[in-house]
Amino acid sequence: MTSTWLSDVPSRGRLLLAALLAVLLAAPFVVSSYVLSVLILVLYFAYLGQAWNIMMGFAGQLSLGHALYFGLGAYTAAALYAKFGVTPWAGMAAGAIVSAIVGAFIGALGFRFRIGGVYFALLTIAFAEFTRILFDHIDWVGGTAGFFLPVSNRDSNDLWNLRGDPTMFYYVWLAGAGGVLALCRMLLSSRLGYYWLAIREDEVAAQALGIDTFRYKIAAVMLSAALTACGGVVYAFYYNTLFPEPIFSVARSIDMLLGAVTGGVGTLMGPIVGAFILTPLGEGLTIALEPFQEVLRLDGIKQVFYGLCVVLIVVFQRHGVWPYLARKLGLRQLTGART
Amino acid sequence: MSTSSRQVTRRQILAAGSAAALAGAAPLRRALAQTAPLKVGVLHPTSGYLAQIGQACNRGCEAALPVLKEMGYPAIEIMNGDTESSPDIARAAAERLINAGAQMLVGAFESGHTLAIAQVAEQRGIPFVINIAAAPQITEQGYKFVFRNFPRAGAIVGGTFDLQKQLFATSGKTPTQCVVLHVNDTYGTAIKGALNALFPKYNMPYKFSDFIAYDPKARDLSVEVAKAKATGAEIVLAVSRLNDAILITREMVKQRWEPWGVIAAGPGWYENQYMKTLGKLGDYPISCVPWFDPRKPLAQKMVDTHLKMFPGQTVDTNTVYSFEAMLICADAYKRAKSAAPQALVDALKTTNIKDSASIGPGISFDAKGQNDSLGLAAVQNFGGEAKVVLPLASSERNLVFPVPGWRNRA
Amino acid sequence: MLLDTYVNQIASGILTGLVYGLAALGLSVIFGVCKIVNFAHGEMMVIAMYLALVIFRWFGLDPLASIPLVAAVLFLFGYALQAGVINRLIDVPDHMQFLLLAAIAIMIVSGCLMIFGPDAQNVPLSYAYDSYEIGPILVDKVRVFAGGGAIVVAGILTAFFRWTRTGKAIRACADNLTGARVVGLNVQRLFALSFGLGTACIAAAGCILLMLVDVHPYLATEYTLLAFVVVIIGGLGSLTGALLGGVLIGVSEALAGLLIDPSLKSMFSFGLLILVLLFRPQGLLGKRVQ
Repeated sequence: MTSTWLSDVPSRGRLLLAALLAVLLAAPFVVSSYVLSVLILVLYFAYLGQAWNIMMGFAGQLSLGHALYFGLGAYTAAALYAKFGVTPWAGMAAGAIVSAIVGAFIGALGFRFRIGGVYFALLTIAFAEFTRILFDHIDWVGGTAGFFLPVSNRDSNDLWNLRGDPTMFYYVWLAGAGGVLALCRMLLSSRLGYYWLAIREDEVAAQALGIDTFRYKIAAVMLSAALTACGGVVYAFYYNTLFPEPIFSVARSIDMLLGAVTGGVGTLMGPIVGAFILTPLGEGLTIALEPFQEVLRLDGIKQVFYGLCVVLIVVFQRHGVWPYLARKLGLRQLTGART
Repeated sequence: MSTSSRQVTRRQILAAGSAAALAGAAPLRRALAQTAPLKVGVLHPTSGYLAQIGQACNRGCEAALPVLKEMGYPAIEIMNGDTESSPDIARAAAERLINAGAQMLVGAFESGHTLAIAQVAEQRGIPFVINIAAAPQITEQGYKFVFRNFPRAGAIVGGTFDLQKQLFATSGKTPTQCVVLHVNDTYGTAIKGALNALFPKYNMPYKFSDFIAYDPKARDLSVEVAKAKATGAEIVLAVSRLNDAILITREMVKQRWEPWGVIAAGPGWYENQYMKTLGKLGDYPISCVPWFDPRKPLAQKMVDTHLKMFPGQTVDTNTVYSFEAMLICADAYKRAKSAAPQALVDALKTTNIKDSASIGPGISFDAKGQNDSLGLAAVQNFGGEAKVVLPLASSERNLVFPVPGWRNRA
Repeated sequence: MLLDTYVNQIASGILTGLVYGLAALGLSVIFGVCKIVNFAHGEMMVIAMYLALVIFRWFGLDPLASIPLVAAVLFLFGYALQAGVINRLIDVPDHMQFLLLAAIAIMIVSGCLMIFGPDAQNVPLSYAYDSYEIGPILVDKVRVFAGGGAIVVAGILTAFFRWTRTGKAIRACADNLTGARVVGLNVQRLFALSFGLGTACIAAAGCILLMLVDVHPYLATEYTLLAFVVVIIGGLGSLTGALLGGVLIGVSEALAGLLIDPSLKSMFSFGLLILVLLFRPQGLLGKRVQ
């Protein structure tokens, strides 16, 4: 099955992918706890970037309020676990359903009223901010005082309840990122995938061909929302601390899409490449600037350089880094890329 | 900056990480060598909107070192972490300090950050001594590694009610209504909850006309103050941060609202920066806060040392509780004779320090790790300094209530 | 609650709303003409606020008086940004444009943080605590000046667009780009000019806002969002619409605060935005969106 599934990927591509997977699988045994935490961040952004990419890259709708789904997933599963003892995996299902419904609602509103482009993006921001302030006032899950999952000093890992050390979470994120990649690949080679590409390239033409664009766009939004919510659940159980402000904020929505946009929207590997570039870039800048920090104490200098790097990437690689990288590596791009 | 504190750098963590991996017996060696200084990770918000307070707490910790040395306690090495006014970053800072070898943690001023750090401490099994944080749920989680030497919201509210009764008795003026203006964050919500829960038990002469919550990041509090003024209440009970206290005061002046006084149940109104920014307009708010006891010798020593090390900086709640947190750490280390986590925890549980600096009979912890015996004082701002006015036995200056109007101040 | 309180807060809301409207004007010009969504809007306003702060500290100039200087500086900045950077990316997809401006915004905020530090800073004006009493109404002197300043600047801008040749040319670009090219207008230059005008407008709003609010680097995001809310509610491409939208938001925030809970103020604004986007996306006074 895998051979047909990856059949149109050149053998060099398959080899590179396998090598990357092997490295990532072995990493926790070799690297320090600091590097491990950076890798967790990378995989976290790779996962969320891909989830976001489904809506933007495949259905062409810019969402700047994805933190909404992230937060809904996080709070739903956390509340179910802390108040009713429900396992986070069931909580994940619940969170995904809630987010999918909300996503469908927002999508339907937007598409029915023919709101596109930046207006739709603003609509998504408005919903996220509205929910953020709403959660500030829901005392059942802590409100502004925060919601805390019970923790204890433990020596063993409990995957069923997502209680454990960073290594366990690393593998959960790795499975997630890999899983979504596989899912996207499968979807793209399916009929649904072709409908999505058609809608993205020219919605009017797609409608003329008889494709129910509304239905498939909603499907993309729902899938994207559900996957993002699952990411929120793992985040909640990793950090054990939830406050509405950082969870639902516009800053988080932007963080989630930075990797995907830098790597290449609409491509399969784009979000992953983007995550692998941006997170180490941020950490690397912090380390590089540390000797200067001790002397000059310039808070914020790291973000200036970070912003500058992103600007340069946008100016010189307007379609994202991955298409360029793929050409350089001699790979034909995996399906789904813009031409 | 004291020479015994240092920023933890990433390179140091990487080095520590690899060194620890190579020399597996290092933790055991550290635990056995008790003549080595105790490494205490001090976590405060030294950047962001709470920066002034975080820096004040750090000064309190640093002022403790020479005093503790003089008293014969083992040496302490401070490792500073910046919680940057966000719980996410607080948690990451705590992890970093532990990875770099912190054997105990102290912090964190803000209840939300403190809860996040408490989780890390509990998960990693490192004792955490809380200097300032009032949210009750911190010591209700069943944590074994967390100890708090600060009153909980309920105790603060109870103490405030008692001090208010003394205030009305001493001044001879009793209000019929009180309006509550509180910040909508972990601390503000905790205090509001305690106000509602404890009000029936204290038989106060006034009733609450309204509870007005505002966003901690609010840039403009005119609507909130207008609403409060419209209730016609004679006194304001404020639960704020530094910035909101300044904003509220300005609005009160602009809207020409002159209640009998502002009684604060929390930080902001007695801070140095508040008085500096507002000048004469910053005089006279009364804050009911845990404070140092001016009659205690250790408190006096703390004030003297702090003034010598940091001339021009005031000594307040932030100072005394940070100071005491270091005292608690040193005391536990001395009695445990080891820096192993469990030994330190056992020593902490049996802490019994009678000669403390804060108001109350001393420092000891109950089964939940809470010190419930701490008391409050009422301090009032006079010309750039906060002085104790109640209880009368410890007062440094005479109470002024009702306070003079805005226009009567030059 | 007393009628007084309502009247006072509504008056206050109107005046503050005028300042919001002025801030949104800049965004409206940039979006309406150049079709660029300036996600660094709030950040540029914060730059203006800091400039006005520095001018006040060094020369003692009231922020209102520094408007011409600060506006000029930001005009040049906006012009250069559009001509030099954004122009090259005029045909990139929305999300790339957004990313570019978001990155610029990050750089600006961090730059301000480096130079000025994280603390909230304000201009202690001599008349900061004065108020005017007109019958039952008690209004802040500072707010009156702020509202007045906003109206004056908006008036100047409207006059520019209505009566000068360049102004009309810019309006032509906004209305019909192809037509503008056909009649031989130098579209590139006009785009850069409009962007510069937009940023100059934001600068004026910033100077005025500094009188009302303390400035710190993280102020920016919420003002970007606020400006968008105002522009969409008021209507893109309409200057009066932007002012009207601002006033509407200012008043509704005040009323929401008085009637419900002050901490729910912003929720109300976002709810309003959602309703407008759904039922009247062109805003109250805007033209029908293509």
